[in-house]
Order: sequence, then structure tokens, then C-alpha cells
Amino acid sequence: MPELADLTISEARQRLDRGDLTAVELTRSCLAAMTAKQDLNAFITETPDIALARAGESDERRVRGKTLGAMDGIPVAIKDLYCTEGVLTTAGSHILDGFVPTYESTVTANLRAAGSVMLGKTNLDEFAMGSANVTSYYGPVKSPWKISDGKDRVPGGSSGGSAAAVAAGLCLGATGTDTGGSIRQPASFSGIVGMKPTYGRCSRWGIVAFASSLDQPGPMTRTVADAAIMLQAMAGHDPKDSTSAPIGLPDFAAALTNDVRGMKIGIPREYVIDGMPGEIEALWRKGAEMFRDAGAEMIDISLPHTRFALPAYYIVAPAEASSNLARYDGVRYGLRVPGETLDEMYARTRAEGFGEEVRRRIMIGAYVLSAGYYDAYYVQAQKVRTRIAEDFTAAFSKVDAILTPTAPSAAFAIGEKMDDPLAMYLNDVFTVPSSMAGLPGISVPAGLSAEGLPLGLQLISRPFDEETLFRAAGVLERQAQFTARPAGPGE
Amino acid sequence: MSLDTETVRKIASLARIDVPESELAPLAGELNNIIGWIEQLSEVDTRDVTPMSSVAEMELFRREDIVDDGNCREQVLANAPGRNEAFYTVPRVVE
Repeated sequence: MPELADLTISEARQRLDRGDLTAVELTRSCLAAMTAKQDLNAFITETPDIALARAGESDERRVRGKTLGAMDGIPVAIKDLYCTEGVLTTAGSHILDGFVPTYESTVTANLRAAGSVMLGKTNLDEFAMGSANVTSYYGPVKSPWKISDGKDRVPGGSSGGSAAAVAAGLCLGATGTDTGGSIRQPASFSGIVGMKPTYGRCSRWGIVAFASSLDQPGPMTRTVADAAIMLQAMAGHDPKDSTSAPIGLPDFAAALTNDVRGMKIGIPREYVIDGMPGEIEALWRKGAEMFRDAGAEMIDISLPHTRFALPAYYIVAPAEASSNLARYDGVRYGLRVPGETLDEMYARTRAEGFGEEVRRRIMIGAYVLSAGYYDAYYVQAQKVRTRIAEDFTAAFSKVDAILTPTAPSAAFAIGEKMDDPLAMYLNDVFTVPSSMAGLPGISVPAGLSAEGLPLGLQLISRPFDEETLFRAAGVLERQAQFTARPAGPGE
Repeated sequence: MSLDTETVRKIASLARIDVPESELAPLAGELNNIIGWIEQLSEVDTRDVTPMSSVAEMELFRREDIVDDGNCREQVLANAPGRNEAFYTVPRVVE
């Protein structure tokens, strides 16, 4: 008998509508699963009181026939980068010690207004900087996926707690944020669906900023249909975010027609990289065959500047981060380490408050923005970014969507790649290019590695064409028939 | 371009991050690895290319110039490291 917490959002919604399940029962099942799987370290803060209160309110609404929509009564986990009113918000960092926002991010406010139930705040790489969820001040997250060697695997990152929570059946969905792959890569590592909308689709207001021109919230779920349902509740124009797109929302779930006949899907030749395991390439080819079988037309395309996307990202993102993180100075809130002078207080607070990777990126950012290097590094990276976006624009004159692997490997063991930042950065080689161009992307679980770990395939579409993305993703999901789940307690 | 310990000291100072003397050299090594890898960007021909600062092709909109927030003193003070009556207190930051 599967746990209630293992239901998909679509299934739970049907059972809630039929009246053979209450939001409180569903929420209690999630809270019990969270307690049973505390060793995963998926949550930084659990909020059972808030969850049960909101679930109770949802059940009351349902009794009165005043249900708020598809997410009403659905328990979700929130990445601890979203500010939540009255609930500790850490960004996985020591420097935000004790920070309890007095306001709610727009996306979590939207989810709440849609009736969803917040279970708690999930662990993440510090300030969303990482690809393995190993840089959090609150410790690494363990993937629920175990294989015979017994080593704990990373869930991917930065939205690693959200990915682990969805994969382990601790919640029905979770929010993530994606700057260079932080939703899609952990989704691939954890065998779930992770969707990064077009930049501007979801409001960034109230989300702790990493790289403002790239950051984008999105849903992490167990099915493509659930991602469409959850995105519907998260997205929408917000006057409080000047980069939020002032356009209406289509019905995302209605885009799941299961029909890709005649759709043109591109296979970019530059996404074959040195050292990529053969099984990733094989899965990618298999994905292309699945689409061909479903009636899509597969077209070879070229995205010539692909290999420059990652180095350009590692200028743009740290530059923006060094500016955004300047606000953490020990003066107004969070951690403060005293010093003899004001500058000494700043420098000591930031040395102690930020972890190694965050310090490294702030310093890279400060360097590439400094006098004498600004044009050679920062402006050149911005120009390369234009080139990358042009590549995609040209490709989308020929195809409707692009199919690639999500990540160049399956999940690795906790502790690996820790002493080599460049090896860690390479995790995002396939997700960063579309991030640089602001395009929507989705990772769909498509197979298992020889070792038995999940592998995802990524689809990318035109800006604000999430409907095509969901339509293609739905077909990939149906064709791939990925039914593997991580081991449950005692297995 | 190679970063020496003097440059790293300067970057750390710009970033307001205290780096102990003994860590300057190892940090220079790490940063050099990353900057060296980034330098491949110089291979890209970017003559006449406009630098992209945002993918959002939109003009900043203007809102009505009206007060739509305020009267939230307790919220503002909620995360204050110290307070004196209705005031937020911090170490002296203006010399």
C-alpha cells in the first residue's frame, strides 16, 4: 500500500475532490514521511503547525464548496531561498543567522493563495551556489537513491533538498530556483521532473538574489502534469519585479495533449562533450527515437557557441552575485562578527558568514568587475552571452524544441569533486546555455545508469512557449516509462 | 594574466572578506585555475556585438507615484540587531 505522500498532485486532487481523502490526512502522511527520513537532511526548517493549520483551512473550504483550485490542499516544500513570513529563511548560509522575514515572496504567496500547504523549508547549496547540495551551512543533503556500494549520493543542486524531498515522497511537489541548472540538474540526479520557466514567467520578488539576470523560480514534481499544475499556481506578472513579464498565463496543463506529430525537435551536435559516459549519449539517442516513434521530426542543429556558455556564466553569475551579496555586512540583520574598525567588522563578518564557494565566487565577481578587467572579462562575457542567445534564436527558426541530456553524469558520491571547483561547475554544462538565453527548460527522468541511478533528458523551447515544452515533455515521459523509485525505509 | 598574492589581497579587500595571510597563496592558485579557464572567451569574435545585460526585452514600467506601503514599524524593526524605542540601532557606519 503506497503512502499518501507518494501520490502525484493530479491523483491527490482527484481523491480530494471525490471526498475520500482530506488535506489534513495527506499533510499528516507527508509530515510522518519527513520525520522518518530526517537523515536525508532535506529540510532546514519543518513547519508542521503551519502545514496542519493550512490543511485544515483547505478542508473547510472544500466542505463549503469554495475550493481555490488545483493546488488547494496540496502539501509542498519550499526551497529555503524563498522568504516566508514569520518562518526562518537561511539561504543555506550562516550569514543570515536568525533572519525571519516579515513578508512573503510573491511565488510562495501565490502558492498560498492557491490553497497549497507549506510543509517546511528545504536545504540548498549556500545562496544557491553549487551543483551537489554540499555547500550548505546546514550540511549536505543525501539523495534517497541508494546503490550497492552503500555510498551516499548527492541529490544534485542547488535545489537539492527540494529534489530529495520530492524523490523520497516527503511532499507532492517543491519549489526550486534555477540560475544555471539548479532545478534541472538535481531533478536529473534524483529521478524527478524539474522545470525552469522562461526568465520573467515567475516573480523573483522575495527570493534571496544570487544572479538577478538569470535567477528563475520553478516547480519540482514527480510528473510533467504536476509541474504544469504547480507552475500555474506559481507564475504570473508581478509589478514588484521589474523583470516579471506583463503577459497572461496560458493553461499549462491543457498543453499536455500527448501529441507531438509534426513537431520539429532539434539535436544540437555541440552537446557531445569529452569524457561524457557512453550511457548518457545512448539515452539521448533513445530519447530521440522515442520522439521519432511518437511522430516528431528530429533535426540535427548547431549551437556553435555552446562551449563558451559555461565560462561566460562563471563571469556573469559571480559578478552579479558579488554585487547582490554586498548587502550582507553584519550591520542590519543576520550574523555580526565584531571588529576594531568598521571595515574589520565587515570583513570578519563576511569571512565567517560565507562558506568557501560563496567567498570564491564573490572574489571572482569582484575581480572581473574591477577597474582594468571590466571590459576584458565582464563585457566580453556579456557579448558572448549575446552570441549564445543568437544561436538559440537561429535554431528556433528551424525547430520547435531542443532535446539534450540534462547533466553529463549520474549522481556522484558526497565528497567527490569537492576539491576541484571546475569539475563541479561542469555539472551544469548542458543547462547553463539555455539559462544564459533565458529560455524555458525541463528535465524529465528517462532511464537508469548501469549502476541504477536516474538520468534525465532536457527539453528547451522558445521564450514563453512553455506549452510546447510541456507537450513534448509529456510525450517523453509517456514513452520513457520511468517508474523506478528510490528505496523506501528498511529496503 | 596571472593573479599574484598581492592581487588576491586587493580583491579580498574590495570584496570585504578577511583572508588570513597564510591562505592568500593557495587562494591565488584556485582563482588562477578558474580565471585561466575563463580566458578561453577571448577566442570568441565579438566585434560589433552588443553586450547582453538582460534577456527581458522590455522597458521598465512606471508605477503611479503614490504611497502604497508604510505604517509597519514593528515589521521593519523585527530583524534589527538592536533598538532604542522606535529606532533601529547599528554600529556607527558614517565617520
